[in-house]
Amino acid sequence: MEKELRLMKGNEAVAEAAIRAGTDGYFGYPITPQSEILEYLMEAKPYETTGMVVLQAESEVAAINMVYGGAACGKKVMTTSSSPGISLKQEGITYIAGAELPCLIVNVVRGGPGLGTIQPAQSDYFQATKGGGHGDYHLIVLAPASVQEMADFVELSFDLAFKYRNPVMMLSDGAIGQMMEKVWLSPQKERSKTVPGWATTGKPPTRERIIITSLDLDPNAQERFNQKLVAKYNEIREKEVRYEEFQLEDAEYILVAYGTSARVCQKSVQLARNEGIKVGLLRPITLFPFPSKRLNELAGKAKMMFSIEMSAGQMVEDVLLSVNGKVPVYHFGRMGGIVTAPEEVVEFLKSKIGG
Amino acid sequence: MAKIRGSIVVNIDRCKGCEVCMVSCPTGTIAMAKEVNHKGYFYAFPANPDLCIGCASCAMVCPDGVITVYKTKI
Amino acid sequence: MAEVTGIKEIIKPENLVYKKTKLMTDKVLSYCPGCGHGTAHRILAEIIDEEGLQSETIGICPVGCSVLLYEFIDIDWQEAAHGRAPALATAIKRLLPEKFVFTYQGDGDLAAIGTAETIHACNRGENILIIFINNGIYGMTGGQMAPTTLPGMRSSTSPYGRDVKIMGNPLKMTDIVATLLGTYYVTRQSVHTPANVKKTKKAMRKAVQYQKLNKGTCFIEIVSNCPSNWKMTPVQSNKWMEENMFPYYPLGDLKIPAEQITQKTSNSEKND
Repeated sequence: MEKELRLMKGNEAVAEAAIRAGTDGYFGYPITPQSEILEYLMEAKPYETTGMVVLQAESEVAAINMVYGGAACGKKVMTTSSSPGISLKQEGITYIAGAELPCLIVNVVRGGPGLGTIQPAQSDYFQATKGGGHGDYHLIVLAPASVQEMADFVELSFDLAFKYRNPVMMLSDGAIGQMMEKVWLSPQKERSKTVPGWATTGKPPTRERIIITSLDLDPNAQERFNQKLVAKYNEIREKEVRYEEFQLEDAEYILVAYGTSARVCQKSVQLARNEGIKVGLLRPITLFPFPSKRLNELAGKAKMMFSIEMSAGQMVEDVLLSVNGKVPVYHFGRMGGIVTAPEEVVEFLKSKIGG
Repeated sequence: MAKIRGSIVVNIDRCKGCEVCMVSCPTGTIAMAKEVNHKGYFYAFPANPDLCIGCASCAMVCPDGVITVYKTKI
Repeated sequence: MAEVTGIKEIIKPENLVYKKTKLMTDKVLSYCPGCGHGTAHRILAEIIDEEGLQSETIGICPVGCSVLLYEFIDIDWQEAAHGRAPALATAIKRLLPEKFVFTYQGDGDLAAIGTAETIHACNRGENILIIFINNGIYGMTGGQMAPTTLPGMRSSTSPYGRDVKIMGNPLKMTDIVATLLGTYYVTRQSVHTPANVKKTKKAMRKAVQYQKLNKGTCFIEIVSNCPSNWKMTPVQSNKWMEENMFPYYPLGDLKIPAEQITQKTSNSEKND
């Protein structure tokens, strides 16, 4: 079957892609700027077609714990929210990571801290990539930069989540969630009928009982489990790094930006090149694992690097660690729900080059 | 008239000596031992086995499931 | 196995009337002597076994004394975060509607931190069984005041007794959920005497049957004891429970299916 072309909001694209990817369950709670996802699903009624469960929970806390329950049955389950709601979900997320369950969590980021604003931001980078909840764990974090990617990353997220038995976060923002673009949608996939061996389905006499838990009171066993997680994260770092390069061949100055900021920086690169400044862009697609190796290689050839993000400077710390002192690294970006303008980036660039 | 006779088996190792079986026994069959098990609990035992009617009251209330009950008509 | 026996001649397989169900594992229960948890576990295991539901059951463990419940009953389990069990159960039952799904929760778990999850799962009428062990205290963490701690009752965080003016009143969760349209069967029982064990077992059997009807949430509160944190012997604690807990949390059905009411009425009409 062929792909279908539609004009959609990023949020709607996530919802439609979820149905088409054969998702078994969606558990959500309204919060701006991502409520369209739940609204779209309720209107589409996939429970009448694919059998996908769609439920509006009583809170983000309940929604993520429904995801835990569904994931532990080996089902493809997901939830979506925006920054304050994602904070509430952190308890559930750390339990899901600790129980090694696959699921998809979409964060359509808005500015903070606290209630902050309902406008787009990239201020949840630390929370998404460094754990978020308590304990040593990582999510796999994908950063879409278009409505198309918001759709495509649903299936990719589930593939990665089940491959590594690890929760995956799609770190979008209010701009991509709300913007309308054309999107090619994959054909409808059937919901999976196979049940992973680790899932709770009711214990037949032929096998041992299955216990999904993140608890181990024996410190030695718990440490062995922690080491197992570390090995898993290292494997993910080794195999799953994704990024996109833009005009880096001859670049002396390298912008590093993801999501909405990466779109802005594409324009900044063009503007700067018009003025004869050799600028390129590296767009991390996976924020965990971060493309550290590639950035370190590039640092050998560049004069400066710039982390452009709509935050007070979060990803810049990973850029600094990646280049390990090889070149100066600067951060620039607007906050509070303001999308950085391409010209502002160029001005900042020139101020550093000139200085 | 047939008389109902019962008999219990107490798993000493797992008994925690809570005495709930003793007070639940309608015939006074059970008492607590004067000696302790390997965990240090004064375990339950059928002190008056002839009185047992096999009603299983003791087993039903035993939190640790240490009592097995048998019953017959003589 | 060291054991003491009664009259040996009677101990024959054909005379067996009560034996710990095979669904209880050989693991020694982690509970204090005389704790009602063990009895409640065994009743549950017996019901699952007798109803032939082992391969159809998914249970949710709480956080609290029974956090290790999955070690004791031989079925598939999920361990929830504190208070969240009904949310897990909601998703499991909706994704696997043919399975028997239940949660087992204490008073801190269900009636404090998990209040929202409890009420909303019941209000949606999730087709699950919630087993609520109410001993009026946080046992696992060492006897702190629970939402169900009685007025005047001492705990480590109400050392002079629960002062309701400062600490609020005990929460009657079971009464609350009985008022919700989503609940189908709500009852309050105990497991401290043989008669009460029988009633609780009957209630659990009903709940299993009702879940097959797909008509809403079944909720069984078991008022229980905590000898260690009440600082009493097990036998004293059961007596104290009868004298103090039962007047506040009276045993019996709070909500029975409408069909049963009709049945009862028509039966009584016949009798008239």
